[in-house]
Amino acid sequence: MTTVLPHLPALQVVIPLLGAVLCALLRRPAPAFGLALAVSWLMPVIAAALLWQVIQGGPISYHMGGWAPPWGIEYRVDLLNGFVLLLVAAVGAAIMPFAWHSVGFEIDEGRRAWFYCMYLLCLAGLLGIAITGDAFNAFVFLEISSLSSYVLIALGRDRRALLASFQYLVMGTIGATFYVIGVGFLYLLTGSLNMVDIAQRLGPAWAEHPRAIVAALAFVSAGVGLKLALFPLHVWLPNAYAHAPSWVTVFLSATATKVAIYLLIRFYFSIFGVAIAFDTLPIAQIVIALSIAAMVIASLIAVFESDVKRMLAYSSVAQIGYITLGIGLANQAGLTGGLVHVFNHAVMKAALFLAIGAVFYRAGTVNLAELSGIGRKMPVTLAVFTIAGFGLVGTPGTAGFISKWYLALGALDQGWWVLVLVIVGSSLIAMVYVGRVLEIAWLREPTPAIARASDPPLPMLLPILLLGAATIYFGIDTQWSAGIAEASAQALLGGLR
Amino acid sequence: MQAFRLVVEYYNYFVTIFLMVAGLYVVIARGNMIKKLVGLAIFQTSVYLLYITPGKILGGTAPILDPAFKVYSNPLPHVLILTAIVVGVATLALGLALVARINEAYGSIEEDETFERDREA
Amino acid sequence: MSLDLILRIGTKLILPFILLFALYVQFHGEYGPGGGFQAGVITAGMVILFAITFGLRAAKRIAPQALVERMVPLGVLIFAGTGVLGLLLGHNYLDYGPLAHDPAHGRVLGIFLVEAGVLVTVSGTMTALFYAFAERGR
Repeated sequence: MTTVLPHLPALQVVIPLLGAVLCALLRRPAPAFGLALAVSWLMPVIAAALLWQVIQGGPISYHMGGWAPPWGIEYRVDLLNGFVLLLVAAVGAAIMPFAWHSVGFEIDEGRRAWFYCMYLLCLAGLLGIAITGDAFNAFVFLEISSLSSYVLIALGRDRRALLASFQYLVMGTIGATFYVIGVGFLYLLTGSLNMVDIAQRLGPAWAEHPRAIVAALAFVSAGVGLKLALFPLHVWLPNAYAHAPSWVTVFLSATATKVAIYLLIRFYFSIFGVAIAFDTLPIAQIVIALSIAAMVIASLIAVFESDVKRMLAYSSVAQIGYITLGIGLANQAGLTGGLVHVFNHAVMKAALFLAIGAVFYRAGTVNLAELSGIGRKMPVTLAVFTIAGFGLVGTPGTAGFISKWYLALGALDQGWWVLVLVIVGSSLIAMVYVGRVLEIAWLREPTPAIARASDPPLPMLLPILLLGAATIYFGIDTQWSAGIAEASAQALLGGLR
Repeated sequence: MQAFRLVVEYYNYFVTIFLMVAGLYVVIARGNMIKKLVGLAIFQTSVYLLYITPGKILGGTAPILDPAFKVYSNPLPHVLILTAIVVGVATLALGLALVARINEAYGSIEEDETFERDREA
Repeated sequence: MSLDLILRIGTKLILPFILLFALYVQFHGEYGPGGGFQAGVITAGMVILFAITFGLRAAKRIAPQALVERMVPLGVLIFAGTGVLGLLLGHNYLDYGPLAHDPAHGRVLGIFLVEAGVLVTVSGTMTALFYAFAERGR
């Protein structure tokens, strides 16, 4: 154990990478799935061990190839990214059993092994973004995860999946290139790519070249904003989520945008620091304005969607607005709310998309009009959908309430009580779109089209139940989710310096 | 004269910015997916130039240790951009593969035509 | 398919030299311009030239599709595995120092293995891409 422990940061990324390669070599669905399952279940163990080490003894630094930072690439785990690593790994592990039937239903036999290969590559990329302490290395991992997610989306059955994937490819590449331009500016200013090192050198550089730093901040914000689907840059997301294979939608909605949000938080709070990003520049005002727009407009669009997956995708854009609102508030309660919503939203959205994936598996459609009475045919699935839906609205007793509570506190701390009204208003709109689905699913008579639908097989049902239970659990016991978020927020506002 | 000096001194940066804006413009303004990818490639290429340019130190030689030389160019940007080029090539290849599939599925690679065909269907 | 004599003989004559040049670029990579990427592309270029002159089916006889598709992950396995070797020997990931008695030699050996992996992957990828696109629209 003592020989493995120091190398956990490397293993966190290397194991899924090697898993992906082996999946491609195996070329048959069953062994590839087994390998993907084993790797997915190993990941949260490693992530938990890392987080435990961080809680016990402070940040971990791992030097790739034995080259010391700032020259070599450093993998750095602190409370914030330990939390994100555990989130990504745990969601991946929880939803993996669902994949076997769902992927078997939606993807051709010959492509399934490649599917699992791409999934593991995407997982490696996402974990890599979260774990690396090197700004350029983050770009490489960003592109690894993005390229594999384009492939995963394009594997959808509908031909529109191809268009959605192409649209995402163009926008995602622009986003990643913007990010790398921003990092280029930072490199020119500080001569370093190590995040801690950049943070230390930016203060003196601000006195000399404030304009270049503003340009770097703008490029990074726009680039990462594209990847995390910050409102007006979210256009790729609804199409991508609606047409991707069900399981891919679950995975991406719960992890990909969350990791991009982590990157934004890392840049704003750890690298540029509160002093530059929030005290000197109007980042807070811009981010809060965009967040409010996302919370209201995207929720309203969701009300009028007839495709449930698309509706949930717009709801994701709105929920990302809550998270960025927390970032924009930049105070203890607000940032805690944003961070805890990263976690809670991942859990709730995964539960919702899993339930809808199961509906698609049984009924073959996700069109709201064709789903009347589905609740009577698939009671367990829709019960979880209902719970997670209530979570999305922010009902007390569910995880969603906790995040909104902290956000409202953060808004009050700043004295912006209007924001509290916006949060409540957006929740009411969420009630309308969730309520629409619930009304059709539970209160109407089943149509003959879905007469033969029933709850999905156990491997699909267990992940749904698990995430449904997590939605309630993290609404009651907030020691882990909100506790870690609170401590990370405290560390972030204190800065790396 | 002053302006001329500026252009000569920052020649590479002017080219970088021109390529950046031109590439981005092509991505936004053209509906043809191949042209979009061409624009995307130009846009990415401008970033390669942005990184490489400051890596060159006037009078510096290739960064291989030798007692005869004291000034070396910075090798790090080249390494970074080598990685970025590989990423760019992978993106371009995947994009072209997607366009080939879209052409088979829709019979067109014009963005508006594909949207129209979905609306008809 | 009628084959032009000059093309056919010319291709056959030039093929071994392309491969030789690829190997030169491969092994020269540690000291000068070159390395696995370039060598991989040149190697794939040999297969592609062969396919253009003699047809896809003939090319697939010398470089079967299944082999080419396996080369892509295999190369990644080689160079990611080289990093794991350092890990197994008790050093950090990607540390090639412990691969030989002298750390400097170990690094040279490590880079050699990585470049070999890159050669396999890049030549496999390029050929696989060519096969995939050449088969479209038939």
